Amino acid sequence: MDFLNAIVALANYVIVPGMAYGAQLALGALGVTLIYGILRFSNFAHGDTMAFGTAMTIIITNGLLALGITFGPLPTALLALPFGIIATCLLVLGTDKLVYRFYRQQKAAPVILVIVSMGVMFIMNGIVRFTIGVRDIRFTDGERFIISVRTFKEMTGLKEGLAIKTTQGITVVVAIIVVACLFWFLNKTRTGKSMRAFSDNEDLALLSGINPEKVVMVTWMLVAALATTAGVLYGLDKSFKAFTYFQLLLPIFASAIVGGLGNPLGAIAGGFVIAFSEVTITYAFKKVLGYLLPENLEPSSLVQLLSTDYKFAVSFAILIIVLLFKPTGLFKGQSV
Amino acid sequence: MTLTYRNVFLVLFVASLYILEGATDFWIFSGSWDSSLKMLNFALVGAIMALGVNLQWGFAGLFNIGIMGFVALGGLAAVLIAMPTTPGAWQAGGWQIMAGLALGAVTIVSAVMLLRWLPKGRMRTLMTFALLVLGFFAFRAVFDAGVANVEAINPAATGYLGGLNWGGENYKDYGWLTIVAWPVGGVFAAGAAWVIGKTALGLRSDYLAIATLGIAEIIIAVMKNEDWLARGVKNVNGLPRPVPYEIDLQNDPGFIEKATSFGLDPISASTLYTKMGYVVLFAIVLVILVWLAQRALNSPWGRMMRAIRDNETAAEAMGKDVTARHLQIFILGSAIVGIAGAMMTTLDSQLTPTSYQPLRFTFLIWVMVIVGGSGNNFGAVLGGFLVWWLWVMVEPLGQWIAEVTTSGFPVDHWFRIRMEDAAAHFRLFTMGLVLLLVLRFSPRGLMPER
Repeated sequence: MDFLNAIVALANYVIVPGMAYGAQLALGALGVTLIYGILRFSNFAHGDTMAFGTAMTIIITNGLLALGITFGPLPTALLALPFGIIATCLLVLGTDKLVYRFYRQQKAAPVILVIVSMGVMFIMNGIVRFTIGVRDIRFTDGERFIISVRTFKEMTGLKEGLAIKTTQGITVVVAIIVVACLFWFLNKTRTGKSMRAFSDNEDLALLSGINPEKVVMVTWMLVAALATTAGVLYGLDKSFKAFTYFQLLLPIFASAIVGGLGNPLGAIAGGFVIAFSEVTITYAFKKVLGYLLPENLEPSSLVQLLSTDYKFAVSFAILIIVLLFKPTGLFKGQSV
Repeated sequence: MTLTYRNVFLVLFVASLYILEGATDFWIFSGSWDSSLKMLNFALVGAIMALGVNLQWGFAGLFNIGIMGFVALGGLAAVLIAMPTTPGAWQAGGWQIMAGLALGAVTIVSAVMLLRWLPKGRMRTLMTFALLVLGFFAFRAVFDAGVANVEAINPAATGYLGGLNWGGENYKDYGWLTIVAWPVGGVFAAGAAWVIGKTALGLRSDYLAIATLGIAEIIIAVMKNEDWLARGVKNVNGLPRPVPYEIDLQNDPGFIEKATSFGLDPISASTLYTKMGYVVLFAIVLVILVWLAQRALNSPWGRMMRAIRDNETAAEAMGKDVTARHLQIFILGSAIVGIAGAMMTTLDSQLTPTSYQPLRFTFLIWVMVIVGGSGNNFGAVLGGFLVWWLWVMVEPLGQWIAEVTTSGFPVDHWFRIRMEDAAAHFRLFTMGLVLLLVLRFSPRGLMPER
C-alpha cells in the first residue's frame, strides 16, 4: 500500500505536471527548431510570438464569452485558438515581409538575424503590452478537474490523492494531435517534403526547383500555429503574463538544443527531458521517501535537491552538459 | 573629412538633448537640471557597459547576451566591499559556509580530474557520477547548517555576512570604499567570465548567446536566493556613498553660503552637488576606459583581434591562438561591464536583485552598441548616451503622442483611454523600432568603424 501511495504522490507532483509542462515546452521548441532548420537562425522573438498569440486568443475568448458562446466542459479558449493562430500568422508573415526578408535576400550572417530577432522581440513585447497590458490574466473556464483528489481517494481508497487538471489533460491531448499533424505534414505532403529538403541542403533544394519563399511562408505559418498553441496551453495551465512568456524562452531554447537544433523529433524529446529534470530536481521528495523507506530511516529534511527558484539553472546546467559532451544534441541536429 | 563633421554634429546633438532637458521645459523636456544630471549619471554607466560589449562584439565578434549577469556581479561586489561586516556572522556560520563552498569546489575539481585521468568507459562515468552525488550531499550538509546560522542573525536588518567595511556603526564614513569596489566588481565579473569562457567559448555564436543568456539568469537566481550572501530579495539598502550626503551639505554653513552666492537655494544646490559629484567620478572612469580601449584598438593586439573577427580561419593559419584571444577579450569586456555594474549599485545606494531584467540590462545595452556603431569605441559611448536619453524620454514622448492624437476626442472616449493607457508601454516598442531601423538603413551604426 505504501508503495502505491508513493507512486501516486510521485505522479501527482512530478509525473503529471511534468508531462503537461513537457508538452508545452515541446511545442515551443518545435517552433524554434523549425525556424532554425529553414531560416537558419535562433529566433529570440519566439517567446513573444507565443505571448502575442495567447493575447489574441484571450481577447477572442472574451469576445466569445460576451456573446454567450462556451465550449461546455472544455475551456472556451480552445474555440478561440484557431482565430488566435490566424492573427499570429498575419503578424509573423508581416514581420517576415517587412523585416526578415531583406536580410534573407542579402544573405546576412545568422548572427545578424539573431540581433534582428531581438529587435522584433522588443516590438512584439510592446505590441502585447499595448493590446492586453502586463497584468496576470487567468482565462480558464469549464470543468476544472478530470480527476480531483477527493474522487481519486474515494475510488482507490489510497491515502494519497491524484489530481489531474482539465488543462493538463487538454495540454497533452492537443500536443499529441498537433505533433501528429506536423509530422504527417512534414513527411507525407509535397510541401512538407520540400521543407525538409530545404532544411537538409538549401542549394540542392533550390536546384530542384523548390520555391524558397513558399517554404519560408509555410514555415512561418506552422511556427505561428505551434507558438500560439504552446502559449495558449501554457496560459491555460498556469496563467498569462507577458513577462513569463519571455522567460519561457530559456527552457524552450534549452529543449530545442538538447534535442538537437533543427530536428523536430529532438525538440519533443528535449522538451520532456528539460521539463522532467526541472520538476524532479526542484521537488521535495520527503513525502515519497516517507512512504518508501522504513520508519526509522524516514528523512527529516525536505530532500529537495535545489530550491524551486533554481529551475532555470537546471535547464541550463543540462544545456551546458549536452553542449559540451554532445554538441549536436541528443538527436542529431544541425551544426553550422 | 565629412565624416568628422558628422561626428562633431552627432556629439553636439546628443549633448544638446541633455542640455535641453535641463534648460527648457518646452515640449517633452522637464526643465530640471536635477533630472538631466540623473539621466546623465545613468547614461555614463550605460556608456561604460556599451564600451565593454563593444569590446566583445565590435572587436572580436563574440555574441554575449549575458550582460545582466556581469552587471549584477559588479553590484554584488559593491555590497561585499562597502557594507559593514555583520557582527558575529563569520563566527556563527560564515566559515562553515566557506568550508562548504570549498568542499563543493574540491568535488568539481576532482570530478574534472577523474574525467581527465581515467580511461574512457562506463567505469569513468559511474565513478564521476558517484563522486558528484556524494560531493553534492556532503556540500549541502556542511553548507546548509552554516547558512541557517548566518541567516538567523537579525533577519529583518542583516541576516547576511555583510561586507568588508570595518566602520561598524559609522560605516557610512568610509564612502570611498565603494570606489574600491568598482575594480573589485570588474574582478568578480572577470572571474565569472573566465569560467563561462572556458566552457562556452568553443561553441558557435548562437549557442554562446544562449549559454550566456542562461548563465546570467543563473547568477540572478543565485543572488535572489542566497540570503547569506547579499540578503536575496530582501535587498541591501543604504550603501555608503563616495560623494557627500545632501543632508550634511545642507547643514554645512560654508556650503549654504556658496550656494546662495550662486543664487541657488541650499536644498536644490545640495542635490545638484551630489549628482555632479557622481558625474565627475563616472566621467573619469569613462575617460580612462575609453582611452585604454582606444589604445587597445589601435595596437597590434587590436589589429589582430579584428583580423580574427573578420576571418578566423585565416588568423589561425597565421598562427594566432583564436580560442585564447577570444577568452582574453571576453574576460576584458565582461570586467568593464562588471565595473559599470558596481558603479550603478553605488549610484542607487542599494542592491535589488529583482530589478535585474534582461530587457533593461542586456538587450538595451545591445541597442546602444548597435545604434552607436559596433567596432567604434566612441560610437558605443555615443550610443549609450543617445539610447539612454531615448529610454527615459520615451515616456513623456508617449504621453505627448497620446495627447496630440486624442485631443479631438472627448475625455471618456475609448480611444483616448486606450492611448493614454498605451503611452506607458511605449518604451520597448520604440527600442525595437530604433534597433530595426538602424540595422536596416545604417547597419554600421551612427559612428561606423573606421
